[in-house]
Amino acid sequence: MRYPLTLTVNRVPYELVVEPGRSLLDALRTDLGLTGTKEGCDDSECGACMVLLDGRPVNSCSYLALQAAGRSITTVEGLARDGRPSALQRAFLEAGGVQCGFCTPGMLMSASALLAANPSPSEDEIRAALAGNLCRCTGYRKIVQAVAAAAEEMARPTPG
Amino acid sequence: MAVAVGRTYHAPASLAEAIALLAELGSEAGVVAGGTDLVVAARGGRRRLPSALVAIHRLRELAGISGTPSGGLAAGALVTHADLERSDLVRRRWSALADAAALVGSPATRHVGTLGGNLCNASPAMESGAPLLVYEASVELHSTSGTRSLPLADFLLGPARTALAPGELLTGVTVPPQPAGRVGSAYLRLDYRAAMEIAVVGAAALVALDADGRCTEARIALTAVAPTVVRAADAETALRGQMPTAERVAAAAARAVEAARPIDDVRATARYRTAMVPVIVRRVIELALKRAEEPGA
Repeated sequence: MRYPLTLTVNRVPYELVVEPGRSLLDALRTDLGLTGTKEGCDDSECGACMVLLDGRPVNSCSYLALQAAGRSITTVEGLARDGRPSALQRAFLEAGGVQCGFCTPGMLMSASALLAANPSPSEDEIRAALAGNLCRCTGYRKIVQAVAAAAEEMARPTPG
Repeated sequence: MAVAVGRTYHAPASLAEAIALLAELGSEAGVVAGGTDLVVAARGGRRRLPSALVAIHRLRELAGISGTPSGGLAAGALVTHADLERSDLVRRRWSALADAAALVGSPATRHVGTLGGNLCNASPAMESGAPLLVYEASVELHSTSGTRSLPLADFLLGPARTALAPGELLTGVTVPPQPAGRVGSAYLRLDYRAAMEIAVVGAAALVALDADGRCTEARIALTAVAPTVVRAADAETALRGQMPTAERVAAAAARAVEAARPIDDVRATARYRTAMVPVIVRRVIELALKRAEEPGA
């Protein structure tokens, strides 16, 4: 049996019809074509599928799409505003926090949730927030530096 | 009406609706809260999804943490590990449970994974179990025939096995008031890495001290060394009524192996687990004692 599903992704409302066992990851990637969110391990170990559900990070591979009914999802596609990357995305590029790039969407989502809750995190807090995100290029140092740099950038008063 | 073929999905809006659904669906029904065990196991092919999924995430009445009038604790089944980790009440008075919650998975696992799910999944390596055993917690089970309360020790029957009957929903956990005196509790585990890991061996301890510093109550429970989390009665007896000197703590910790029935698995051999039980138990008693002696504890 398939069920109607209404949810908001990156501030856009969508209506879908899905099977009970469909994961939020499959609904995002296959049904909505939002392929920025990655399938890594499909076992909720690697964090490549991380999205924000009502602002909190979840592994979308193990979250049932139907349980997201009426809720607000943010994926990596939702971080840019008016075609301009967010401060966090720019910091990843500037710090070299991207190597192969496969973990990057998940890293960005976990880090976004952290910075929204804690605008000036310590290095330990950054590492704890990213504990569920694996980078197999092992680029952790620059990823952590990028999050710290983004926090500093975001704390700076906007010119003008 | 034709019988629906294949899997069905239900998202009740109230506890009464959920209970009625579980009664109607019987053994077809499987409850899903955060999905961090159920859905992960299904995606990995280790277990099939239940043919009728009853998603209880909307039952906000099961999401609260509160102190009871008598000084105990009540936590709903939908309380997440993140809720427990952050609750001032839990951190201050039920610190073993806060310790355990903070060790679960990653921030994402903790935001979604629930206390009720952790208990119903009934893994011998569950983090919340040993702390709740030392607090002598009970689980509340609701069905159309009423409500029953069962000590957690009687609820957990074995790996992935509980006393939950078809049609029953675990709605929450209640914890009686703590013993008299200065009380401290803690949970520690041995693990290979700090995140996305489960216990190789874990232990919880609760101690109560009188004015002279004598240990008037000692409760110890073990994780991942038996088919369920278990109390270590011999270790408790060795400490109860004693001055908790380093020697007595070590001697009590050594007795904890009497409760261990470990297996060999991917994380460790039974021999290693047995050898580590006294180590982790000694450390957790020391931490509980330290907390009991802290002012304001």
